[in-house]
Amino acid sequence: MSTVLHLDRITKRFGGLTANDDVTLELKNGEILALLGENGAGKTTLMNILFGHYAADEGTVNVFGQTLPPGRPRSAIQAGVGMVHQHFTLAGNLSVLDNVMLGSEPLIRVRSRRDEGRIRLLALSEKFGLKTDPDARVSGLSVGERQRVEILKALYRGARILILDEPTAVLTRTEAERLFDILRSMTRQGLSIIFISHKLSEVMAASDRIAILRGGRKVAERANSDTSPEELAELMVGSRVTRPKREAHSIGAPLLAAEEVTVHLDGKPALNNVSFTAHAGEILGIVGVSGNGQVALGALLSGVAAPATGRLTLEGREIGGLGPRAFIAAGVGRIPEDRHAEGVVGELPVWENVVLEQLATPEFSTRGFVRRSAARSHAADLIKLFDVRGATPEMRISLLSGGNMQKLILGRALAAAPKVIIANQPTRGLDEGAIAAVHAKLLAAREAGAATILITEDLEEAVDLSDRLQAIVGGRLSRPVAVEESDSRRLGLMMAGVWEN
Amino acid sequence: MRFERRANVPWALAVSAPFAAVGAALALSAALIIAAGVNPLWAYLEMLRGALGSRLAVTEMLTRAVPLILTGLAAAVAFRARFWNIGGEGQFYIGALAVAWVGHDLISGLPSAIGIAVLLVVGMAAGALLLSGPAYLRLRYGVDEVVTTLLMNFVVILFVGLMIEGPLRDPLAFGWPQSVPVDGTYRLPDLIPKTRLHIGLLIAVAVAGVVWLIFARTVFGTEARAAGFNARAAEFAGVSLPRTVIGVALLSGGLAGLAGTIEVMGVTGGVTTTMSPGFGYAGIVVAMLAALHPAGVVAAAVFVATIFVGADAMSRATGVPSFIADVIVALALLTMLAALFFSSYRIRR
Amino acid sequence: MIESLDLLFSASLWAAVLRIATPLIFGVLGVLLCERAGVLNLGIEGIMTMGAMIGWLTVFLGADLWTGILVAAVAGALIGLLHALLTVPLGLSQHVSGLGITLFASALAYYLYRLIVTVGESPPTIDPFRPLDFPILSEVAFLGPVFFSQTAPTYLALALVAVMAYVLTRTPLGLAIRMTGENPHTVESQGLDPTLIRIGCVMAGSALMALGGAFLTTAAFNSFFPGMVQGRGWICIALVVFASWRPGKALLGALLFAFFDAYQLRLQAVVEGVPYQLFLMAPYLLSIVALILVARRAQVPAALMIPYRRGER
Repeated sequence: MSTVLHLDRITKRFGGLTANDDVTLELKNGEILALLGENGAGKTTLMNILFGHYAADEGTVNVFGQTLPPGRPRSAIQAGVGMVHQHFTLAGNLSVLDNVMLGSEPLIRVRSRRDEGRIRLLALSEKFGLKTDPDARVSGLSVGERQRVEILKALYRGARILILDEPTAVLTRTEAERLFDILRSMTRQGLSIIFISHKLSEVMAASDRIAILRGGRKVAERANSDTSPEELAELMVGSRVTRPKREAHSIGAPLLAAEEVTVHLDGKPALNNVSFTAHAGEILGIVGVSGNGQVALGALLSGVAAPATGRLTLEGREIGGLGPRAFIAAGVGRIPEDRHAEGVVGELPVWENVVLEQLATPEFSTRGFVRRSAARSHAADLIKLFDVRGATPEMRISLLSGGNMQKLILGRALAAAPKVIIANQPTRGLDEGAIAAVHAKLLAAREAGAATILITEDLEEAVDLSDRLQAIVGGRLSRPVAVEESDSRRLGLMMAGVWEN
Repeated sequence: MRFERRANVPWALAVSAPFAAVGAALALSAALIIAAGVNPLWAYLEMLRGALGSRLAVTEMLTRAVPLILTGLAAAVAFRARFWNIGGEGQFYIGALAVAWVGHDLISGLPSAIGIAVLLVVGMAAGALLLSGPAYLRLRYGVDEVVTTLLMNFVVILFVGLMIEGPLRDPLAFGWPQSVPVDGTYRLPDLIPKTRLHIGLLIAVAVAGVVWLIFARTVFGTEARAAGFNARAAEFAGVSLPRTVIGVALLSGGLAGLAGTIEVMGVTGGVTTTMSPGFGYAGIVVAMLAALHPAGVVAAAVFVATIFVGADAMSRATGVPSFIADVIVALALLTMLAALFFSSYRIRR
Repeated sequence: MIESLDLLFSASLWAAVLRIATPLIFGVLGVLLCERAGVLNLGIEGIMTMGAMIGWLTVFLGADLWTGILVAAVAGALIGLLHALLTVPLGLSQHVSGLGITLFASALAYYLYRLIVTVGESPPTIDPFRPLDFPILSEVAFLGPVFFSQTAPTYLALALVAVMAYVLTRTPLGLAIRMTGENPHTVESQGLDPTLIRIGCVMAGSALMALGGAFLTTAAFNSFFPGMVQGRGWICIALVVFASWRPGKALLGALLFAFFDAYQLRLQAVVEGVPYQLFLMAPYLLSIVALILVARRAQVPAALMIPYRRGER
């Protein structure tokens, strides 16, 4: 088999951080290579260098025997490289055909050849079994459909090497299996594929060869047949971090309950008639593939969105729609889904961020004036208590790493010993050490009697932490099942929307 | 080439940015002065002399700085919270008109100090009320406040014209369109006798202090800053965005209204449609030159006033059109924007 | 009352509508192009002022009218370049930069004007565009004076509406422009340069704005005087929102606004006892009302006012 792609000794630094350190990688014709590594291992950076989004500080990219000029996506595309980004680069207000055709024609042309484009797109969609409607608006498509458009976009530009960044992060298990079938059939038609993943099972199931990145370096390369999940796990994480375990204990009284709640976002129902009850000392896991109503659920439970119908009660008292401040005052600690967009005000110092929720309380203000020394010392306490490394109360919070920022948000939510905790994707994008720390804090709060609602896409995390689980699909919630009574098959079906009521 | 955000902006760099910006603006404007056939050094020297060369000049300059401090604060307050109040000019006029109306004979008989206090509040209220309209439209209908505040400037100036040619017309002005004057009892006392400089300067500086206190030290100010930087995160943390927008709008509109009020009570006595040489718009420049910091606003207002007052004198001496002042000030805004960028980012290959 | 209705059927009113709409059409197309690529250009008021001055000046110095218009467009593009450099590669606040551009361009225009015409002198005039005279067509009752007796730039403006609509929806360039305003990351990942596209659109859009200004001095009036743009630029910013960023609707909006403006001018003469300022206010207030009506439904380009810096996520 011939080599189609050769990354030679790539090094890339961002400020003081070395994201890729002397990485060499080869891809053979017709092969599926998995790029395995934890969050922050440098996988995406490496692929962005290959595609020309970034220019490497050292090293070269060689495609089909020809060296690509650094930092030019156009050259990569012309050389036959196509990339399917993790956060899809599609324009929601435009049609599928618009999105696919962009950049495929010379810009200065009297008329876009859309009819030919449509025919070619449909032919490709037929050939690879990627069904799509060229005239549909992208904003109306499901995540899976959008991913198909992304792949078609790459194929349309004549990609012979396809790079997929965490392609299954947004798919259910059945969708993921189907995707890998399609990828396999593509390799039979002469394509070569790299996919990025941190999931051992799919790497084992779908790849020919596996390259493992850790801390920006390539630590190993294995043929699929010569390795095991256990070995890969060790290679990926290095020194093994053990996640804390949930201990069985008795569950208390119901605290937070939703009865047939419907929530609208942007005028459309995003959460449909959902019911759940979280008890003291219990973690209730809400598990599902992203884009199935988690945003609306998070907004409802943090007080930002009001129920259109139904009731949300805390200890029997209606609380739905009263606003974040009422939630905080009632003892709800909240961890938002998106740290940067919702969790912190990046431009403000750490201390202002950690007291922002409590600013109007007597602890941190008197007659409208902020008690700065009290706030600063509170921030210093949280930094110590939650082991936030490299932080001082005065520094701009955006300078913290994701994990440390999350610890601080966790500290803000948990410091007042809340009755109820809303943890929305609490470990997304964190490395193994930070995940363990977050899990430990959530389990400690459970021991202390808090009722926790854990919204997560990570089935492993959900099973590790939760006492009971509900699946969220299409804005609806399944009935709860006790973790002890469920198995991976049943959970997989639940996440795909198959459950009995 | 890439830009990379600095972790910390060195103190010296932050302080030198406005000076570099002003220097660049003056250097660029020099080319235009040369185009007028005049040696720019001479022109700038005349400018300095015109604004700072005598006691009288300095008092004139400071008199001019008073409304600029207040409109500058108005813009700084609003921009801090990312509320784009571009309507300072309109709020200035409505504040001016309100005190001419109330201060002419509606409150006659009050002791001077109390009357003055009442009028200051009236002027602020008028400006605040005017800006509450666009604030409401943004909250209720999602209408961008940039356009509404801009358009309101034209509406207000027409309204002022209507009033001073109609109900508020000064019968003693011999047909000159001017409003009735504020009762002499309620005129602001002179700060330095025999000059136009009035105690409005002290009021403006004190107000700058209050604004600083509000933004740096109070719950409201902290929440407004948070909402300005990241509205979603602020909302998540329990900050009420509508309350913040309304609060900021009332404060900002009130400050611009106060500028018009003080100008009438301290300088002009009555209102004309030409009494502001663009104080509202210049306030935006002042706020940006100050990097939205209240103390900086006072300094930037003095700079802008120096350019404006100095340019008039320089124009008389050299024949260079006095519009050069507007050019310098506008250029300073643009160079300041660039300077702020380069002080907080560094260039990487 | 009867008289005010009669006005509606006078050809001179409708001819005036097209004339008044022309600078707005240029301006609104300029704003539309900038914003479709994702850049707010509040420099329009100053760029129109500069266009008006340069257009007049070029002709005053002896060039012909079309050269005047062309030079004005080039001047507009150069000022646009300044705005683009500050807001696109540097990613600075589009609000503040735009206002700065307006202040700068207006001041520079007045300054240059004053270098030539001193205070107190009456504004020097030029020989402006004359209404065209089409054989037969111009003679047709009502339609003739309304549609076939306009000045040449008016027809240029109308043609540009069609060109803009075609380019945006039917050409690869138009697709790239729309995509840049929706999601610049997409554009970059397809091998195009969103930064260049934005800079180009801001320059071209600013040239259009300057054309609108130049129309004022070379066709609507025959001289330049300070304050002559009178908020027309701001109106264009409002009209684009009203038009939901579509060229056809933008034309409609400009005509509608021009109609109110032309009508109120004529009403002033007919209706007595109402201060003229109230009539003058009406178009500004109506613009605000129009914004309220469409604000919730407007389809804003998703990446409008969001800076794009390469390699940042």
